[in-house]
Amino acid sequence: MAITMTKGQAGLTGNSAIAYAMKQINPDVCPAYPITPSTAVIEEFASYVADGAVTTELITVESEHSAMSACIGAAAAGARVMTATSSQGLALMWEMLYIASGMRLPIILTDVNRALSAPINIHCDHSDSMGARDSGWIQLYSETVQEAYDKLIQAVRIAEDETVQLPVMVCLDGFITSHAIENITLLSDEEVQGFVGEYNAKTTLLDIDHPVTMGAMSLPENYIDFKFQQSQAMARSKDAVLKVAGDFEKRFGRKYGLFEGYRLEDAEIAIVILNSAAGTTKVAVDELRKKGLKAGVLRPRLFRPFPVKELAEALKDKKAVAVLDRADSMNGFGGPVFNELRSALYDVPKRPKVVSRIYGLGGRDYKVKDAIAVFEELRTIADTGMVDTLQKYITI
Amino acid sequence: MATLKELSKQNELLTGGHRLCSGCGIPPIVRLVLRAAGGPVVATTATGCLEVGTTIYPYTAWRIPWIHSAFENAAATLSRIETAYRALTQKGKLPGGDKDIKFIAFGGDGGTYDIGLQALSGALERGHNFLYLCYDNGAYMNTGIQRSSATPFFSNTTTSPAGEVIPGKQEWRKDLTRIVAAHNIPYAAQASPHNWADLSRKAEKALRIQGPTFMNVMSPCPLGWYTKPEDSIKWAKLSVDTCYWPLYEIEDGILKITYKPKEKKPLEEWLKPQGRFKHLLKPENRNLLDKFQARVDLEWQRLLDLDGKRI
Repeated sequence: MAITMTKGQAGLTGNSAIAYAMKQINPDVCPAYPITPSTAVIEEFASYVADGAVTTELITVESEHSAMSACIGAAAAGARVMTATSSQGLALMWEMLYIASGMRLPIILTDVNRALSAPINIHCDHSDSMGARDSGWIQLYSETVQEAYDKLIQAVRIAEDETVQLPVMVCLDGFITSHAIENITLLSDEEVQGFVGEYNAKTTLLDIDHPVTMGAMSLPENYIDFKFQQSQAMARSKDAVLKVAGDFEKRFGRKYGLFEGYRLEDAEIAIVILNSAAGTTKVAVDELRKKGLKAGVLRPRLFRPFPVKELAEALKDKKAVAVLDRADSMNGFGGPVFNELRSALYDVPKRPKVVSRIYGLGGRDYKVKDAIAVFEELRTIADTGMVDTLQKYITI
Repeated sequence: MATLKELSKQNELLTGGHRLCSGCGIPPIVRLVLRAAGGPVVATTATGCLEVGTTIYPYTAWRIPWIHSAFENAAATLSRIETAYRALTQKGKLPGGDKDIKFIAFGGDGGTYDIGLQALSGALERGHNFLYLCYDNGAYMNTGIQRSSATPFFSNTTTSPAGEVIPGKQEWRKDLTRIVAAHNIPYAAQASPHNWADLSRKAEKALRIQGPTFMNVMSPCPLGWYTKPEDSIKWAKLSVDTCYWPLYEIEDGILKITYKPKEKKPLEEWLKPQGRFKHLLKPENRNLLDKFQARVDLEWQRLLDLDGKRI
């Protein structure tokens, strides 16, 4: 698909931007299976393959389970591997996600966030990637098309970092970000190639002269030791995320940290929220600031590993915080981001009050008025020091 | 084809010291096939006896690059190793320079007939250059002899027990070789380890042919068949001589029976020594035995009718 650029800028949907980044990265192998709303990523990438714009081997497998199995096979053979999916597709990959991370294979997956069945629903929420939050994948979340594009390029370096060697999932909101056109700044092919560099796997199945056994059976004598190493690598990856973001900023000027704070520093009340809905929340903040309310937003960019210290540090002086989750843990105790963030704040000397609000499941609109209503609640909590409702659904 | 003497001089690519049961049909099958490759081989194995028995960390019995990732996806995993091989060869990035590498996936009947069928079908349809070899011992032996869709008629397994009312597995086995052949791949065959020459010749051919190839190999299992380890090869031979497990190949759509027993033995001779069929030999179950024999006769006749023909 031809991209029309004006002064390095182009109007692209999230899916087109992801496909374009994949074209510029030119991975060795891309196994894929279509699913709404990520299908266009693979369709557009297929046209790059058909037009000879990339040298990637695109293989259209018969299921997402096989897509991730194929990613594992190709990555074990030393190839740079990328794929994309959504919702049920990610759920069907679930078994293989753990094997990809356990085998320490630097596979890159774009998850265009979509609700999980039942009832079947093709629209955005984060149940799919949140379901995979303990699978050992690094998870990056993006608010905009620009961020998703930049994150995918950074993901390659993070995954392949010698100190990491873990798969990375780049998440963006289905339809809201994947299908909306945004004017973004593209890098040149040379800039992307120069940034990601060439991949040379240390261990590969195709090194016939140095045969390796991968995926051996591990008994209680050593299984936990593998997991310990994997856990350490996951913890270390936070530094790699910052290092790669630092180099990206140096080269291309766009800054990415572990999270984004919007009017957060002097805020007394704050909403913590992932992905595109942060944009809506920022509009609410601007409106409330005009009325003198010290409101702010914290949007985690990195969810796995969970940046415990940094998030606690950023929120330690707030009076009241609402964590808005676009997924429910179905545990009777709020959403997944809420649970982890609230726990992260446990050691803060003057803990803010923290409440859980579940919003926008299955693509239900989250509007500025919804954000304002949450901020109004937070104001009451801040004023009284009392929490009336710890957790509830909003936008219903 | 190499002689037995020549083959015996080659290095074992699957070493001794693995933990598969004595009398297991899998090691001789794997060794014959790896020898037939006659060059660099990369293999994958579905979860099962072969995987568990050969790679308990930190040991490995494999002298070739080998990977296991899960139960149902051996074909999908291997198909992408083969794809990566093509992609990296094209980019001149293959370690140690370009090589003609053969790719083999091994799976048991559970991992192939049942849970792995979708991945197998997908890989066959996509036309990857690899051999998929199924070692068919007729049940989920690794997890304790549960029924699979390859389990023989009336067989006693832990999930199709021969009880007071139901005499073992009630369904005829799935004919996987025919299903695979229906993908119109260039080569599919059935073999048995007792006939090493036939098995080796088929493996050589399967690995020489470009495109997806398939072998379904009878694999005796003393544990699940309730037989003596030292008799395994004998019972593999009898499965062929009774025509329960015919040896044939389908090359470019032409079916050829590669071994016709001079004297077709009664099925009972194969069933008798196996504990899993003990209940069939009771006088009151004579009708079941007859039913089983009739079905074997029917399948064999169907194959005879197709011999030498395009299917």
